[in-house]
Amino acid sequence: MNSFTFTQATAVAGAVQDKAAHDDAAYIGGGTNLIDLMKENVARPTHLIGLKKLGLDTIENTPDGGLRLGALATNADTAWHPEVEKRYPLLNQAILAGASPQLRNMATDGGNLMQRTRCYYFYDLATPCNKREPGSGCSAIGGYTRVHAILGTSEHCIATHPSDMCVALAALEATVRVSGPNGERTIAFEDFHRLPGDQPERDNTLEPGELITGLDLPEKGFAKNFSYLKLRDRTSYAFALVSVAAALELDGNTITEARLALGGVAHKPWRDKAAEAMLIGQPATADTFRRAAAKVLEGAKGQGTNNFKIELAKRAIVRALKQAAEMNQVLDTNAFQNSNP
Amino acid sequence: MSHTTDYIGKPTNRVDGPAKVTGTAKYAAEFNVPNLLYGYVVSSPITKGKITKIDTAPVLALPGVQEVFTHENVPGFAFLDRSYKDDVAPGGSPFRPLHDAEIKYSLQPVAMVVADTFELARYAASILHIEYDEVAHETELVKHIDEAFEPGRGKTGYKPPKSRGNFGKGWKEGVARMEANYSHHAQHHNPMEMFASTVEWLGDKNLTIYDKTQGVFNSQQYVNKVFGLSKDQARVISKYTGGGFGSGLRPQYQLFLAVMASLQLERSVRVSLTREQMFSFGHRPETLQHVALATAADGSLTGINHFAVAETSQFEDFTENVVGWSGTLYDCKNVELGYRLAKVDVFSPLDMRAPGAASGSIALEIAMDEMAYAAGLDPLEFRLRNYSDFDQAQNLPYSSKALRKCYAEGAAKFGWEKRTAEPGSMRDGNLLVGWGMGGGIWDASKQPAVVKASLDVDGHLTVSSGTNDIGTGTYTIMTQIAAESMGLPIEAVTFVLGDTTLPESPLQGGSWTAASVGNSTVEACTKLGEALLKQAQKMDSPAFKNAKIEEVEFANGQLRLRSDSTQAIVLRDIVQASGETKIEAENSTVLTKLEMLKPPKYSMHAHNAVFVEVKVDPELMTVHVTRVVNAVAAGRIINPKTARSQVLGSVVWGISSALMEESVMDHRFGRYMNHNYAEYHVPVNADIHDIDVIFVSEEDDKVNPLGIKGIGEVGLLGVAAAVTNAIYHATGKRVRDLPVTIDKLL
Ligand SMILES: Cc1cc2nc3c(=O)[nH]c(=O)nc-3n(C[C@H](O)[C@H](O)[C@H](O)COP(=O)(O)OP(=O)(O)OC[C@H]3O[C@@H](n4cnc5c(N)ncnc54)[C@H](O)[C@@H]3O)c2cc1C
Ligand code: SF4
Repeated sequence: MNSFTFTQATAVAGAVQDKAAHDDAAYIGGGTNLIDLMKENVARPTHLIGLKKLGLDTIENTPDGGLRLGALATNADTAWHPEVEKRYPLLNQAILAGASPQLRNMATDGGNLMQRTRCYYFYDLATPCNKREPGSGCSAIGGYTRVHAILGTSEHCIATHPSDMCVALAALEATVRVSGPNGERTIAFEDFHRLPGDQPERDNTLEPGELITGLDLPEKGFAKNFSYLKLRDRTSYAFALVSVAAALELDGNTITEARLALGGVAHKPWRDKAAEAMLIGQPATADTFRRAAAKVLEGAKGQGTNNFKIELAKRAIVRALKQAAEMNQVLDTNAFQNSNP
Repeated sequence: MSHTTDYIGKPTNRVDGPAKVTGTAKYAAEFNVPNLLYGYVVSSPITKGKITKIDTAPVLALPGVQEVFTHENVPGFAFLDRSYKDDVAPGGSPFRPLHDAEIKYSLQPVAMVVADTFELARYAASILHIEYDEVAHETELVKHIDEAFEPGRGKTGYKPPKSRGNFGKGWKEGVARMEANYSHHAQHHNPMEMFASTVEWLGDKNLTIYDKTQGVFNSQQYVNKVFGLSKDQARVISKYTGGGFGSGLRPQYQLFLAVMASLQLERSVRVSLTREQMFSFGHRPETLQHVALATAADGSLTGINHFAVAETSQFEDFTENVVGWSGTLYDCKNVELGYRLAKVDVFSPLDMRAPGAASGSIALEIAMDEMAYAAGLDPLEFRLRNYSDFDQAQNLPYSSKALRKCYAEGAAKFGWEKRTAEPGSMRDGNLLVGWGMGGGIWDASKQPAVVKASLDVDGHLTVSSGTNDIGTGTYTIMTQIAAESMGLPIEAVTFVLGDTTLPESPLQGGSWTAASVGNSTVEACTKLGEALLKQAQKMDSPAFKNAKIEEVEFANGQLRLRSDSTQAIVLRDIVQASGETKIEAENSTVLTKLEMLKPPKYSMHAHNAVFVEVKVDPELMTVHVTRVVNAVAAGRIINPKTARSQVLGSVVWGISSALMEESVMDHRFGRYMNHNYAEYHVPVNADIHDIDVIFVSEEDDKVNPLGIKGIGEVGLLGVAAAVTNAIYHATGKRVRDLPVTIDKLL
């Protein structure tokens, strides 16, 4: 870790200016990811801008019936906010499936979007990595790829975005609010994270210096039929091998609206609108779910040690949709997994 | 007759508990001696080759950086390999840190920056520029099976496996047979506390060394020999250890580096390793095994064949007893055993909890399950039909063996009789239920240990020995034993350990500490008792005038006549009357040492039987270990509370080995890629459900006077196999390569 200076920002404009005034500055939310990366020398900012005093930690209803999450609201406060529990239980489940209580108490919603991949090679300076050092090569290809992508990969990078929360946000079609040197703008969630292509060093579409100020959830929360299913190497405190956020609206047994997003399989939370469309108007049966699952994984490509994730993802999609349709906890292998307080 | 001062066998709270929970217990990296410098180790990014250039100038130019140690400026210390050998060093040439330009394994220490603060040292280490000439490495064990060789004498405790009878004949005689390959990968100990040494420079090469170790004397003699220091010059202290599991059996390289830097700079120096660097030394070796079994029509084993190949480093032949247990645990005339090593470019493996047996029991106990199915027998019934009442491997009777009770009590508690044999035949709603079992055997051993017992004028007993407490409960059980021996309330007794100025004790390992130090504590207390009686006889108390030691007892804080307990003297009064500040006695280890020279008369072992329930989601193939019963026969249990904790920890580790734990090597880099706690998976609370520990009664007056067999390791045996067997019972899928991660079940 190198030495760095630190300022505690008290206003968004000031934070943005401070960032522009330094060459290697970084915003810091809860620090649960950034500090680790600094200790491993993966990130070497020379200046940190603290965001916790920006006053962006509130969670409020919006006039259009949605909910606004301040970028500095902690993951824990978000998950347990009464409006989230009541109207967006999918988000509650996804957040609680991630990390540990201690981490969720520190981690902020903005930081969660911005967390970097858990690719082993990205974290280890001894191994080449295009994301860390563009042009140096991708060590993961042909290596140990348990946490790596099966969809939307490129020959330059096969990393995944590790967040659980973001999988739910993708399914819920949240909007990201940002503020930057050129003023404010909003980014649709599906446009926020990106695929690696030939620029794996770019995780998302934020422009240099831009700060996330909040997240807007639309009114529709799918509180009646939803499921977040996370499969991992131990019951808690491990990143997803595969996770699925499923949300349905049903008329009797007929699906009238469907959202399906996957975590642990791509460089961004993976949504397949074609697969969602296939569900509409269909009966909520295993057959329907299997067809949708097959569609999602159509273009999937295993990397060797993660080949199993293709089959696992299919089964997880079928199960998550079934759970969402039936809201039957007995089927939920997360019954153990969500025992975190 | 029971006394208020009887503690042996009673559940007793940890005497070191308050110190630990209040944070007053200090660990090696927590001694903030004055004017301390901090060393930060730089680890090699390559696996094999040579260092060609180290550019120390820019680092040395940083204000506050005191020195950068590399092979170029670390002076040659002791010349011979012998000087670098510690108590448990395997055969070969021990690794010497910063000795030459050669890189032998990934993460090898290549330099150490010493600076005024830890943060500066860490930063400086990150900018140290080193160039390497890389050559091809080989880390893949499976590619080197053909070059595997039979190790020579191996390290202390290694018993070359002995075959008996004629396996080929037994195999042919069998009416049912099984044969399969098993494997598990490397595991790193990963105790919570990282390895660290704080060396306090006291002037003139006098050092006090706070070391993370499982044996202060082992660290001391290493320092003595390598640096040519006398015992007085190198005092080693280790009062608390944040977990060891075998990793502290050998002095790790931070000890060398901290002492070296302290001597070179004539300053106090601390070196602590990072979590990543915890993957840069010993580990449980990857082991490939083959087992073949055959049975007669009645289910009796007609042949056992067990063969193992394990990895070792290029510079040492690390050996463990992997297959030998298969010749002891079950009754069989024809046993063929083999054990080989193959050299790869890794650091030397190192004993890890139940070394060898943990590996061997995975293969043997899964094979026994497979054989039971092939023979059409219930796995428990199958084991009972092959029960060994006499140790055929050593040709000796058992000193005691209550494994039958483990089977019976464990099965009863678990409800084993309700098991239906067919895989997939048991369900809980939608979930598949699997019941599996396993078990194991571990040596009951004892080493010479010196203990001193000292009673002061206030009636406080201090008992001391340079052993360690790696979290196992040594402090507590020795206090219990001493208190009961001297008839004092436990609050009046303090046990002191972890210091080379104390009487010499062996390494804390091999499950022998309770037996070794425990019996020595009794001996020291007996001697102290004799001294006290002698002193009492000088006092004006006619009742004791001609009393022999057998005629008195120490109980309830008094010396008293066995025949008339009203004839009593308070112990404190005896010391006061002596005019001395204390009365002391030490045991002698001569008899123990002589005993160890003689051929053993008995086979002395602890045993266990484990019953496991798993629930498996039939589509997602997620596995939960919902219930474990571990029945252990380990002689006398001094403290059921701390002993239970040992077995609980063992069960958790067994579940870990079965389902998730593995150091994943990327052979292209020759590097363990999951070198952190986020990706090196061990169970979290949510993975652990009901665990029942049973200690079956087992009296043994032959193993040692206290009848102790040791409890630190036996509980681990059979757990991983039992989980794997339960998964088979639930799913019909036989996985033979551990850990059984989800991908292997899909
Ligand atoms: C051991 C461990 C296990 C974990 N397990 C999981 C898991 O299972 N599932 C899961 O989803 N997550 C998991 N996490 C990740 C955790 O969720 C993230 O670390 C956390 O959400 C990051 O939030 P933070 O506020 O601490 O971010 P920080 O560490 O403060 O920042 C992360 C990045 O975001 C940038 N940033 C922060 N705030 C803003 C902002 N407002 N605008 C623009 N940029 C910003 C920072 O500059 C930095 O680059 C785990 C983390 C650890 C350490
Ligand atoms: S997958 Fe991406 S992050 Fe991982 S090594 Fe390749 S380029 Fe780097």
